[in-house]
Amino acid sequence: MLPADSAPSADLLAVEDLTVEFRSADGDVRVVDGVSLRVGEGETLAVLGESGSGKSVSSLAVLGLLPRPAGRVVGGSIRFRGTELTAVDERVLRELRGERMAMIFQDPQTALNPVMTVGAQIGEAARRRRGLSRRAAREKAIEMMRLVRIPDAERRVDDYPHQFSGGMRQRVVIAMALALDPELVIADEPTTALDVTVQQQIMSLLGELQRSRGVGLVLISHDLGVVAGAADRVVVMYAGRVVESGPLRPVYDRPAHPYTVGLMRSVPETDGAEPLVPIPGSPPSPGRLPDGCAFHPRCAMATDRCRVEVPVLRPVEDGRASACHYAEEVQRDGVPAAG
Amino acid sequence: MTGSPQPAEVPLLEVDDLRTAFPIRSGILHRRTGEVQAVAGVSLEVGPGETLGLVGESGCGKSTLARTLVGLVPASGGSVRFDGRDVLGLRGAQRRAFRRDVQMIFQDPFASLNPRMTVGELVTEAWEVHPGLVAPGDREAELYRLLNQVGLDPGAAGRYPHQFSGGQRQRISIARALAVRPRLLVCDEAVSALDVSIQGQILNLLTRLQAELGVSYLFISHDLAVIRHISDRVAVMYLGRIVESGTRAQVFGNPSHPYTQALLSAAPVVKPWEHEGRVVLPLEGDLPSPADPPSGCRFRTRCPIATARCAEEEPELVVHGDHETACHFAGNAAQVLQGAG
Repeated sequence: MLPADSAPSADLLAVEDLTVEFRSADGDVRVVDGVSLRVGEGETLAVLGESGSGKSVSSLAVLGLLPRPAGRVVGGSIRFRGTELTAVDERVLRELRGERMAMIFQDPQTALNPVMTVGAQIGEAARRRRGLSRRAAREKAIEMMRLVRIPDAERRVDDYPHQFSGGMRQRVVIAMALALDPELVIADEPTTALDVTVQQQIMSLLGELQRSRGVGLVLISHDLGVVAGAADRVVVMYAGRVVESGPLRPVYDRPAHPYTVGLMRSVPETDGAEPLVPIPGSPPSPGRLPDGCAFHPRCAMATDRCRVEVPVLRPVEDGRASACHYAEEVQRDGVPAAG
Repeated sequence: MTGSPQPAEVPLLEVDDLRTAFPIRSGILHRRTGEVQAVAGVSLEVGPGETLGLVGESGCGKSTLARTLVGLVPASGGSVRFDGRDVLGLRGAQRRAFRRDVQMIFQDPFASLNPRMTVGELVTEAWEVHPGLVAPGDREAELYRLLNQVGLDPGAAGRYPHQFSGGQRQRISIARALAVRPRLLVCDEAVSALDVSIQGQILNLLTRLQAELGVSYLFISHDLAVIRHISDRVAVMYLGRIVESGTRAQVFGNPSHPYTQALLSAAPVVKPWEHEGRVVLPLEGDLPSPADPPSGCRFRTRCPIATARCAEEEPELVVHGDHETACHFAGNAAQVLQGAG
């Protein structure tokens, strides 16, 4: 069942068969269903998916940040450096979260406290966890601001978030996330709210810091280009499940799932005027998944088998996995364009 | 597919030196202490059946430009001509006619659709304001024809916006806009909030509608790939001004303003390994405040090839080579940048 992943080094994070449900007026809704993924030290794993795919919920579950009491992990295991996170109590989780795992959210505006100086926010964790004095924490904040290349750090350390541009605010958030030298960083759409030129700056900064500090990075994104520029391996999610995973380039060059093929054909490129062949229809809402393969109503290759039998994620070739009954054919021949 | 180097002979929309200023007020008396020129002298044209892509980053004034064009925000200078007629001062029936001819599609279809109205009511609402458009006896048939045209099934008519996904809602907005048979659609980030697989559907829909109806688009987006996909001609905006404009092939194939070059180089590509030798030209710093734009060239504070001249003299948008660029060094910017990068 597990994809034969080829993480470059020891697993930092190993998620197996994770299942998350949300309570709703219509009963329990399964939003993440049997997701497995692993991240090695110093590795960047991208989780690629559209809204409702379960990509953000999976990462919140890893960090124990599911909104309570609506969301809960109902099955599977999350191991961080061998520690089973689904079994530890909130206190341990909170400690891990601050010290060894960190999260970067899409919108720096909401991640920052508007009435605290950025310096105080960056230094706060170090004060609380490392017992740094106020002065030492301020020095630490300046050091971190320099690291993320916020110009004029000594002066700007006492500024408030609203005095920074969107791109600079996201740098502040990155500085906060890295302040305690975490081993794992989860970045959820870290550049989606930013302009192209700023996005480029932030992604190259993230990549640089990730490499130089040996951080394992989980990059959650809907953007094929952003993922391509950063990831070693990619996991493609659809309707709460992993539909394909593997090393970045083989997955992009020869996708083994029709959904991945569809995504590649949906996006316009800046340097090509190829006609777009978007995936027809819309993704299903969680809780109202079609029978069989959740993608079958939008798939040009769907057969009767797809309408009844849920395909399992299975190995296809060197370190890759696909949850399509016809993965080998997709890989070999591609997918006919839907009419 | 590539537009002619010059727009069609009689432009549908002609914008000349358009300016939009917002007052800055401060103090307890709320006194006017200055102004922000969000649109600082923009000229552009859109021909019949043509798509002009307007690309720029947040804060460049592209949305304000769109809102000024359609009359949602008052202009502080310049002119807008539609079909040869000045429209900024229009009143009464003529203004209503113009407001019918030019429709706008917004980024967030949810915010622009009244949640208490059914899709049928939303699409047909404007026929109450323009009763001559569709005879009452034909309205039902026309509604279903419009829904079909944008790819919605007839059952959609009785449902409410919240019952639809983002992509379907954008189809509803498009049907609603088309109901008054506009000649120009101003699309402001119309596909930016949509999922990748849905974005492609809406782009294809817009392309098909243009072929069927001959409608013109002013397509505003921050997304270069989307702009490249849909536009015949392209205008690049920075801090309230157009810095480069030309056909799609000219602007994307031979960008000659340093800002356009930086923008293009920063856009992520899906398969970077197929673009060996791609150089990213980093753009340092942030967008200056439009309340206090730099002297001379507005881009000079972030430009890798700026000289003293750029601080003194504002470059005009004039033809360098085969298309218009507002840069003193447009001719040789590419080489200079390559040296710098």
